[in-house]
Amino acid sequence: MELLLLILIGILYATGIFMMLRRSMVKLLIGLILLGNGANMLIFLLGGITRGKPPIIGETDKVLTGVYADPVPQSLILTAIVISFGLQAFAIVLLKRVHALIQTDDLNDLNTPDTSI
Amino acid sequence: MTDRYLILPIIGHMFTAVLLIFFWRKVNTQRIISVLGSLAVMGLSVGLFIKTYRAGYLTMQAGNWQAPFGITFVADVFSSTMILLTGFTGLAVCVYSTVGISRQRIQYGFFPIFHFLLLGLNGAFLAGDIFNLYVWFEVIIISSFVLMTLGGRKPQVEGGIKYVTLNLLASVMFLTAIAILYGLTGSLNMADLSLKMSAIPNKGLVEITGLLFFIGFGIKSAVFPLYFWLPSSYHTPPSAIAAIFGGLLTKVGIYALIRVYTLIFVPDPFTKQVFLVIASLTLLTGAFGALTKRNMRMMFSYLIVCHIGFLLGGIGMYTRLALAGTVFYLVHDIIVKTNLFLVSGLIYKIRGTMNMDELGGMYEDYPRLSLLFSVVFFSLVGIPPLSGFWPKIYLFRETFTTGAWYLLAAMIIASLVTLYVMAKMWGDVFWKKGQGMENKLTDDFSGMNWKKRGMLITPVVFLAVLSLYIGFFAQRINVLSERIANDLLHPEPYIQAVLGADAVKTSQSE
Repeated sequence: MELLLLILIGILYATGIFMMLRRSMVKLLIGLILLGNGANMLIFLLGGITRGKPPIIGETDKVLTGVYADPVPQSLILTAIVISFGLQAFAIVLLKRVHALIQTDDLNDLNTPDTSI
Repeated sequence: MTDRYLILPIIGHMFTAVLLIFFWRKVNTQRIISVLGSLAVMGLSVGLFIKTYRAGYLTMQAGNWQAPFGITFVADVFSSTMILLTGFTGLAVCVYSTVGISRQRIQYGFFPIFHFLLLGLNGAFLAGDIFNLYVWFEVIIISSFVLMTLGGRKPQVEGGIKYVTLNLLASVMFLTAIAILYGLTGSLNMADLSLKMSAIPNKGLVEITGLLFFIGFGIKSAVFPLYFWLPSSYHTPPSAIAAIFGGLLTKVGIYALIRVYTLIFVPDPFTKQVFLVIASLTLLTGAFGALTKRNMRMMFSYLIVCHIGFLLGGIGMYTRLALAGTVFYLVHDIIVKTNLFLVSGLIYKIRGTMNMDELGGMYEDYPRLSLLFSVVFFSLVGIPPLSGFWPKIYLFRETFTTGAWYLLAAMIIASLVTLYVMAKMWGDVFWKKGQGMENKLTDDFSGMNWKKRGMLITPVVFLAVLSLYIGFFAQRINVLSERIANDLLHPEPYIQAVLGADAVKTSQSE
């Protein structure tokens, strides 16, 4: 399971970076999304994976005993997902706005700020 | 000691921002509320600074969940100094933007977002938990995205794409580093991490995690290879927005870097070397970039990049005096860079252009304003006894004790180029006869009544007086920054303040 996740994270990071280096704006966006998901999976993996042991205190116990899944990474991922959802929504609107203004998908044409005085 | 007071600078901005949302589209009401809110938060920041200066450390556990399990807020002298500076510059920019930001932008929610940005900054300075720091960074960047693109002009949104992309990339790097750090230690509390880091056997992984943090914060503070988003976006929004960005946003990256590299990681010789080389390259590329630009604000943007090199160089040398120099430079840079962009906004209001080829004759038309501006420009260059001079003494001196000769060379070249570009800019904009100025029909500035002019000039005067204070009472800032450097290099009291008095001892006995 760990190995599978590890390969998946590697693929997500690699494709994310690759897509960000393309010239198309849509691919840039896809790259950002993939990269964000890769980071979330990484937190999940490095928090330690424990199967079938939820961190719930049993009816008779007072404290958690034995091995149990760490709830902290999941709350971190939840926070990170919400944040990246907001940021990606903003990025999509921004790209749409740029596309409406300059009628192109090519990042190489975005040179107005550098050339204008 | 535990004190709930330290959360007030955050709550103050939050309250103001929420209140402002209730007065959506009521421009004048928003202006008044925003200025009052900023004034109140500045008062609270002064209070916090005095409290922490006396007590040393203040902590607060959110929801009363004890550290290291809950979210901790910590104010030491360093963070309260940063909050104080945010309070000063926030107030100045807020007053300036009541006139400097157009009615349409205010109607589309400039002021609430501005306060959310300051809220995020104050939060980042107070965070005692690394994931909480990440969340505050996200609050900062989402607010800055909106401010950057507010108005939706073509250069703004195009610069916005670069800004958004690189900042998102930086956040992902930061998150990756947090993930690895959590995997290594099982903790997120910075004081707790500080104790646990030394027990990790895999030093190579620790080093790589540290460098991932460096990449994340480095992108945000525009260091050498990944700085290009800054000069292609910072000159596009209105000057008031560029002022708060140029003054504070890159500096919060440096703040986080100092925190992480004093509390959690201790740089080994290799990391120090990386910092020093990157600092030198940042200094040089920023300086040479500034040389080529004829647009005033683009030139200032490159100078931001250039001067980040001084801060990073100080961290790279990692001695007590070098860190003191970095902190001093940070204090000076926040005030002066904010003011620089406010001044460029004033020049734009007067002349209607930023192109130095077209500008000219400012000295003839506005001699008293020019005198005021000269204080700002020459503080930036660091002509003694103005504020930029003093921290450089520390930094230059420490290059001798640490033997970082190339950093010394880069610093001298960068200072010289800064002097050159500012002198050339002064000659072009203030002394040279303006070309085509006589044909210009509108001078926005002279058409304003005295109230509006006052709103634009008072913040510049306020910040100029602050930088004069830093220059002429440098001894006080010296004492402050040496104390901060001392605190940074001896984190035990910080850890004790967060985790309780015997935390350090137990971890040592283990």
